[in-house]
Amino acid sequence: MPEQQTADDRTGPAQEVALFLRERREQIAQRWADAAVFRTVFTVSRDEAVEAGRAVVEALAAVAATGRVEDSEADGFTVVREQLARTVRSRTRAGASTGQISAETDALRRPVTELLLDELAEAPADHVGECTTALAVLMGTLRLVMLETSTVAGEELINRQRLELLEIATPVIKLWEGIVAVPLIGTLDSARSQVVMETLLDAVVEQHARLAILDITGVPTVDSLVAQHLMKTVAAARLMGAECIVSGIRPAIAQTIVHLGIDLSSVLTRASLADALAYALQQQGARIVPRAVAAAESR
Amino acid sequence: MTHSTGSVSACLPIHSDLDLVRARQQVRQMTAQLGFGLVEQTKLVTAASELARNALVHGGGGQMECTEVTGGGVRGLRLVFSDRGPGIADLDLALSDGYTSGEGLGMGLGGARRLVHEFRVDSRRGEGTTVTVTSWAAAPPRPREGR
Ligand SMILES: Nc1ncnc2c1ncn2[C@@H]1O[C@H](COP(=O)(O)OP(=O)(O)OP(=O)(O)O)[C@@H](O)[C@H]1O
Ligand SMILES: [Mg+2]
Repeated sequence: MPEQQTADDRTGPAQEVALFLRERREQIAQRWADAAVFRTVFTVSRDEAVEAGRAVVEALAAVAATGRVEDSEADGFTVVREQLARTVRSRTRAGASTGQISAETDALRRPVTELLLDELAEAPADHVGECTTALAVLMGTLRLVMLETSTVAGEELINRQRLELLEIATPVIKLWEGIVAVPLIGTLDSARSQVVMETLLDAVVEQHARLAILDITGVPTVDSLVAQHLMKTVAAARLMGAECIVSGIRPAIAQTIVHLGIDLSSVLTRASLADALAYALQQQGARIVPRAVAAAESR
Repeated sequence: MTHSTGSVSACLPIHSDLDLVRARQQVRQMTAQLGFGLVEQTKLVTAASELARNALVHGGGGQMECTEVTGGGVRGLRLVFSDRGPGIADLDLALSDGYTSGEGLGMGLGGARRLVHEFRVDSRRGEGTTVTVTSWAAAPPRPREGR
């Protein structure tokens, strides 16, 4: 309908929809507050959901008033873009897929359309048709705006999942009575180190471990921060009565640590997990038979 | 040694922990392609980790530029870390082992200097810090087709 778009001076169906949205703002917001996309995000109170709904109605009215109901870049959306992004992020975090969020946004269309039809009960049929079409296009545009922000939220989710993966990749393995091992794999940043330390200390308490092996074979880089984390973990375990052994320091990493100037002499180290276990067993007074060691290690 | 500097082959932002991971991966990959031995690779990656983190933590974020260089028939990698943070007031102090203005070990800057072949710091108070490091493949890369 190109001729309608250029006729800004006359009041078209879009402007009429804008008027309707402003007049019925309260009612629309009340109905939307019960829709999933608002109800599940603004959970503190229903008022909060209604308030969020009002803001969206207001934005839609502003967009409709300019006649550009199909423009997802319209200025009118600017004020609610952040709120919509937050909504999408929150739904994404709750496990909703993009398709689901799209459907939930689409579900907002019916209550508002019903109110519009109610409003236009006396109007001629072709006029009703024009107005409901304008509203449908506008609601479709809202959905598009939501989806655009959901792509961004999706990327954030991937980053978050990566972080979660780092956390679950910290299993504590009981190797022997009183001996636990934590094979570390991947980046040992501050957040991850905190998890490692807590997991290890819990295991020391729960499993009455006297010896804990931190195996860093799977840690690609040992810099001053990683070294500091290792030393802190060792010190904390020691306070709880357990001795830590750091194993899996590869030759290239050993040389690098020396050049870096980090003194790991306060930390008990062994080249491999097998060596660390052999040492730990010896400390426990167990007799070591090579075949038995191999069997325990593969457990 | 006569250096011929290539064009910057990568420029990575340093604004988050995830960027630090990416910076390390980039250096690891480039040093491997340039024929660095495992020890030299590990050293430069570790130095990069320290300097990138300093740019992030002390400099409030910045960037890392990677450039392939050639000198005397040997290939190398030059890394430039720059930030627009507060700058380093006393460079000798900052380079000394164990000095930290935060809660680190204070081994990063001095350690990085020991891990690379060439090391330079340009810092102005209030304007930021640029650390330039270069390391060379221990032996000339084996002749190989392509790349
Ligand atoms: N890019 C920078 N901008 C401003 N100050 C810096 C920068 N890099 C280093 N510094 C200063 O130099 C000090 C020493 O740096 P260094 O990397 O050796 O130790 P650190 O970062 O404090 O601890 P870590 O051992 O964990 O690296 C820092 O504490 C900081 O005050
Ligand atoms: Mg540092």
